[in-house]
Amino acid sequence: MTWINAVVQGLFLGGLYALFACGLSLIFGVMRIINLAHGDLAVAGAFLIWTINSQFGLNPFVALLPALPIMLVVGYVLHRTVLARSLRGGALIPLLTTFGLSIVIQNALLQGYSPDVRSLGAAAGDWTTGSWRLTDQLSVPYIGVCTLAVACLVLGGLQLLLRRTAFGREMRATAQDADTAALVGIPAASIYARATAIAVGTATLAGAFLAVHSTFDASSGPTQLIFAFEAVIIGGIGSLWGTLAGGVVLGVAQTVGAAIDPQYSILAGHLVFLIVLAGPRGRSLITRSAPA
Amino acid sequence: MSTVPTGTAAGTVRAPTVLAGRGLSKRFGDLQVLTEVDFSVGAGEAVGIVGPNGAGKTTLLNVLSGSQRPSAGRIEFNDQDITGLRPELRCRRGIGRAFQVPKPFTGMTVLENVLVGASYGAGLGRQAAYRRCVEVLETCGLAGLANRRADSLGLLHRKRLELARSLATAPQVLLLDEIGGGLTDAEADELVATIKLVSEQGTSIVWIEHIVHVLIQVVDRLVCMDAGRVIADGPPGTVLSDAVVVDAYLGRAGS
Repeated sequence: MTWINAVVQGLFLGGLYALFACGLSLIFGVMRIINLAHGDLAVAGAFLIWTINSQFGLNPFVALLPALPIMLVVGYVLHRTVLARSLRGGALIPLLTTFGLSIVIQNALLQGYSPDVRSLGAAAGDWTTGSWRLTDQLSVPYIGVCTLAVACLVLGGLQLLLRRTAFGREMRATAQDADTAALVGIPAASIYARATAIAVGTATLAGAFLAVHSTFDASSGPTQLIFAFEAVIIGGIGSLWGTLAGGVVLGVAQTVGAAIDPQYSILAGHLVFLIVLAGPRGRSLITRSAPA
Repeated sequence: MSTVPTGTAAGTVRAPTVLAGRGLSKRFGDLQVLTEVDFSVGAGEAVGIVGPNGAGKTTLLNVLSGSQRPSAGRIEFNDQDITGLRPELRCRRGIGRAFQVPKPFTGMTVLENVLVGASYGAGLGRQAAYRRCVEVLETCGLAGLANRRADSLGLLHRKRLELARSLATAPQVLLLDEIGGGLTDAEADELVATIKLVSEQGTSIVWIEHIVHVLIQVVDRLVCMDAGRVIADGPPGTVLSDAVVVDAYLGRAGS
């Protein structure tokens, strides 16, 4: 029964990782940038929600309503001012740029909010700690179900956006061949900026769930980035549903690892990641170029 | 040098100029690819460009469509200077481009490929974009393949898709780069019929093509380039019999 419980908890944890991963996957799919500041942007979003919560007493999930548009604008401006320039410098420059951005965000948050560890769990209400107790050893936490459901909605929404809308077609076209896309009238810069805005928006959502789920501080970003990155790789680059599967596999690996011994939690996740990387998917990573 | 009259002095009454390059030069490092090229195409006119490999034909199209900036010279579209305009904005003003090696968006269906051009390039709303796509797919003989994935198409159909996607952007001028290359005679004839149709509907055409007998079925005027310069410009018959052209291009190709 412990094992079943571990798998169930891992499933919900996977929802959170998938939420973190989809923005990373989107930016990589469209622009071929690995955004090393993705986790920090999510944490910045969490701090924004924390600020709205503490200033106006809004429930964190209500605070998402003003926070999301703000972070969408942050993403848009971030691309227009920083990423667009670094993109012109080849493949390495954007990597260095987002690495630098990550350091800047972490230190700005440290300066502004002190190194205290925070949580929005209490502010979100009692229900976040409640669960359905199915048996003595198996319980289904409300917040876990909620996270997984939101992850499915976000990924499904992104999938619909990419497959069914004009903007999605233009994103796919630009992802595949930005020069040719320009010659049929698609402005790559504007597509990229909007994709970044969406990615930062999903990161904010992930940051909110992280903050409610557990704790966060100014330096929480890189850990989340690594989990998101592993989820993307395990699930297969360019596939949004794969990202969900990747998040779930990583989450289950961590909780099952923790059930063996609490020390093995993170290690088990990394091991699954390494196994996937050593397999055929790792080899195909080098050649694969299909957009999201 | 050439006895062939230049395009602007051809004598006959010409339609107003739509797209013109004035004194276009392009250097890549030490390599001078275009040298003070004057080129123009009138409304509804079909112009062919011939010349040996390396003459600068494709570079000329790149400069006109905006994928490359000229080192010197001006580009005018409907009497407006567009020299510094980005390619996507040129496309939206009405300059379409189709490539020698088709570059469809392979992850998408034929319809989606064409829709991209119609909704952004032609700036059409959803309904209008779909209608335009249906028309264009009919024109290009792709109507039955609308839901096929672009990467499942053979060469002929890829070429047609390349043409369809650029047509969907509702170009006033269509720049074609050796779109007939690699096709059998029968296939090339079909493509010629399509391009002729497009031309008759009033779209100006600039067409680079090595297969001269295909080209002259469509074009009103022929421009011959060699070593980055225009060496002849005039009616196809006159240009093809011009001694300089024969020497630079046809003679060398036949030897």
